[in-house]
Amino acid sequence: MALKGAIVVDNERCKGCGVCVANCPTNTIALAQEVNGKGYNFAYMANPDTCTGCTNCATVCPDAVITVYRVKI
Amino acid sequence: MDIKDIIKPENKVYGRTPVLKDNVMHYCPGCSHGTVHKLIAEVIEEMGIQDKTIGISPVGCSVFAYNYLDIDWQQAAHGRAPALATATKRLNPDKYVFTYQGDGDLASIGCAEIMHACSRGENIVVIFINNAIYGMTGGQMAPTTLLGMVTATTPYGRDPKLNGFPLKITELIAQLEGTCYVTRQSVQNPASARKAKKAIRKAFENSAMGKGTSFVEIVATCNSGWKMSPVKANKWMEENMFPFYPLGDMKDR
Repeated sequence: MALKGAIVVDNERCKGCGVCVANCPTNTIALAQEVNGKGYNFAYMANPDTCTGCTNCATVCPDAVITVYRVKI
Repeated sequence: MDIKDIIKPENKVYGRTPVLKDNVMHYCPGCSHGTVHKLIAEVIEEMGIQDKTIGISPVGCSVFAYNYLDIDWQQAAHGRAPALATATKRLNPDKYVFTYQGDGDLASIGCAEIMHACSRGENIVVIFINNAIYGMTGGQMAPTTLLGMVTATTPYGRDPKLNGFPLKITELIAQLEGTCYVTRQSVQNPASARKAKKAIRKAFENSAMGKGTSFVEIVATCNSGWKMSPVKANKWMEENMFPFYPLGDMKDR
């Protein structure tokens, strides 16, 4: 049974610290080239196919801007 | 499977807890304070004690903690959070009272208050954020600053001849009879954050059982004060802080 996940990042609240990127076991997350209203490069799913919905990124996110979804397929 | 099919309310496994207010935190990007606030909020939500918890915020970056957690708060004079928590808990014995203090607040100016509150065994929870620096005022040396560590006031590194030795306050507090649970945790990766959350939950449960003071130290980063990126600061903490401040329970009874 495989798990498939997805994250939703609140772009305007994200401060682009990159802690989620460093803690993503599947290299799904990266910092965007574009910036949000405050000038931060927000996090986004660069490789959506690899996300397993493990919640590691959301657990370490200091600003609690990541919501994680997961389905069994 | 399309992402739109995954992002549905019934598939949600982790999200922002409602105990956290909608305000954007003023902390620097990657600051450990945000993570610890979130863990405390999640513990409060899981235990269902939102209307029974009173937090005491300190002086330091986390002085504005009252803007971020949707519970009752008081704000103490510098270092005096344990004294205020003592009064609050004694007047409201059925409430969960916790203080949230940094190392400049707890280990320096508030040294007497924390020692005596722990010695008396007040039924409070103390969350102690140790980032080895005075973050709010610009990165000056704190009692917990490591030997050789460069800060604004020790530009050539902390020298024991001039600045003394770093203070392991948690080890001192573990000696006191009044404390029931003394532990040191960190929040730099998912595993440690989950462990820290368990420790915070245990501390709140001890408070309900009236076992004495529970003291949870979180070894944290101050990436602005350390002049590093958040990810590099986490790495620096693992390499330099953990050998001197080893993680784990010092006392649990």
